Amino acid sequence: MAKGVWIVAELRDGAFRKVTFEMASTARKLADQLGEEACAVVCGSGVAGIAGELGKYGIDKVYVADNAAFEPYTTDAHAAAVAKVVKDNDAAILLVAASFQGKDLAPRLVGKLATGMASDCTDVKIADGKLLAIRPMYAGKCFGEIVVSATPQIAALRPNVFPIVESAKAGAVEAFDPGLGELKTKVLEVQKEQAGKIDVSEANIIVSGGRGMKGPENFAILEELAGVLGAAVGASRAAVDAGWRAQSDQVGQTGKVVSPNLYIACGISGAIQHLAGMSSSKYIVAVNKDPEAPIFQKADYGLVDDLFKVVPALTQECKKLLG
Amino acid sequence: MNIIACVKQVPDTEAQIKVKADGSGIEEGGIKWVMNPYDEFGVEEALKLKEKAGGDVTIVSIGPARAMETIRTALAMGAEKGVHIDDPALNAADAYTTAAALAAAIKGLPYDIIFCGQRAIDDDSAQVGAILAEILGVPQVTFVTKLEIDGTKVKAVRPIEGAQLVIETSLPCVITATKGLNEPRYASLPGIMKAKKKPVEAKNAAALGVSTDAKSKVAKMIPPPARPPGKILCADDTPEGKAAELAKLLREEAKVI
Ligand SMILES: Cc1cc2nc3c(=O)[nH]c(=O)nc-3n(C[C@H](O)[C@H](O)[C@H](O)COP(=O)(O)OP(=O)(O)OC[C@H]3O[C@@H](n4cnc5c(N)ncnc54)[C@H](O)[C@@H]3O)c2cc1C
Ligand SMILES: Nc1ncnc2c1ncn2[C@@H]1O[C@H](COP(=O)(O)O)[C@@H](O)[C@H]1O
Repeated sequence: MAKGVWIVAELRDGAFRKVTFEMASTARKLADQLGEEACAVVCGSGVAGIAGELGKYGIDKVYVADNAAFEPYTTDAHAAAVAKVVKDNDAAILLVAASFQGKDLAPRLVGKLATGMASDCTDVKIADGKLLAIRPMYAGKCFGEIVVSATPQIAALRPNVFPIVESAKAGAVEAFDPGLGELKTKVLEVQKEQAGKIDVSEANIIVSGGRGMKGPENFAILEELAGVLGAAVGASRAAVDAGWRAQSDQVGQTGKVVSPNLYIACGISGAIQHLAGMSSSKYIVAVNKDPEAPIFQKADYGLVDDLFKVVPALTQECKKLLG
Repeated sequence: MNIIACVKQVPDTEAQIKVKADGSGIEEGGIKWVMNPYDEFGVEEALKLKEKAGGDVTIVSIGPARAMETIRTALAMGAEKGVHIDDPALNAADAYTTAAALAAAIKGLPYDIIFCGQRAIDDDSAQVGAILAEILGVPQVTFVTKLEIDGTKVKAVRPIEGAQLVIETSLPCVITATKGLNEPRYASLPGIMKAKKKPVEAKNAAALGVSTDAKSKVAKMIPPPARPPGKILCADDTPEGKAAELAKLLREEAKVI
């Protein structure tokens, strides 16, 4: 019978991404509830040395395929390797990151393994010995509880939602043969955006600007606040469509669906498509000079005022508080 | 070039979503149905490619009778023909079942490239394109913001966190479209008139020879947790006063900074 809770480790430039530790900690929790092992698949190049690190986050056994074909990531190489090891070991549950890489890989695995998956989950638990995954649907206008009847039961975990818990386990490392066939995709180039930029989909705090910012140059005041808070800068579609901000910064039903601890909306009215994308944030702050703006209905803290006065003042206050 | 675009009919982004009292689904009354916005990018790219390389565009959609409107919209934008898979047994289809049915329909057609949206904005599952590619045994490039095709060579740009990847693959393949790829055109009035006469083939699961058993299901739908009413800050009436009050609340009450 299928058993074990597995994760697909996500790496970038030879190091584990934070979401990998979130998945490992979650796998440990589920494995304990089932009384089974937590295992990890690591596909990378020159990674044998770091694989054991996952033991620190509760992984019993790490299956490693070390091959130059895994760096940078391609769908073909990773999907072939993960599907093989998961099938050979008859994994019961498989956790993948709902990151850009994971969103490319996971459904390909669903296809290879002819199973089902709960995408972009914000909670997972065990009910009646099976995985029960909770996820926003309709961009967060409602939630769904998903059960998978085929094996393995796959869930993609939204980054930055699941806690990282250290609980030392063996982290025993075993190499496996990925059995790579013909690879049909190749990465020609990786064009890096500005260094240190935090993606809105992975940020703890997001400072977002909308049409009320009046122009691209004014986002400097949001960048400054974000710098003090260690936040990412997001945008409404109006700001993106005006060409003020990159497409990758758009929050909403046709942008990114986010759930940070703190979302600060500046000069954003709160259209339903925007609210859909951010209303599962833990705390919401709205700065808008129009007291009737719908964003205030979702805000925990509302500031009815001119953002060009409030935001710089807030930056100063935060600097003082955070030393 | 034989081009396929998969389109799904979904509730308009303006729609308020109400979960049925028993959690079995959403209330469909009063919803305005539209083409999934990401599929508009897929159809647009399909049409642009046809205009450049020649060939025709076939629209494939699974959905109830009303999905025909969405197929007609794509035909009015300029696609040549459609396949409408309408089967009540597919109403509860999950991503795998949906992709399997699409694959069965597409296998019967000549195809060089298939466009999907990166995700459907109802289930938000972002799975069907990649599963379809796997079932057809062709490569995929997902979340594409730029596409160049030269002979059978495909060059596509996709974003990842903090970077853009330039990916090379070859036809046939599946491309999932995201915002930034293009500006979808509107259907013209003559386009709408012509679309009425374009052929749309009807299929069901039995005709396609596919199983309708889902591998996963939404056991229950739940409304989002209600947010407690917020506070409007007004410690004093100056922006500086409000900013100071907010910083203090974020630090001491919310504990998020
Ligand atoms: C199919 C579809 C999909 C969409 N998807 C998305 C999506 O994913 N994300 C998204 O965001 N939108 C989306 N939209 C667009 C959405 O409907 C709104 O048009 C958009 O969110 C508005 O952006 P905004 O709030 O920045 O601008 P506006 O609605 O124009 O609001 C600007 C706000 O700034 C305030 N303001 C102005 N000056 C100041 C000042 N000095 N100080 C303080 N406040 C000020 C104003 O009071 C106003 O409330 C979508 C629309 C459609 C049709
Ligand atoms: N019922 C359907 N009919 C046609 N295409 C679909 C259907 N469901 C999903 N798709 C395609 O797959 C994409 C991703 O959908 P999803 O995986 O459901 O988020 C959509 O943008 C469509 O292109």
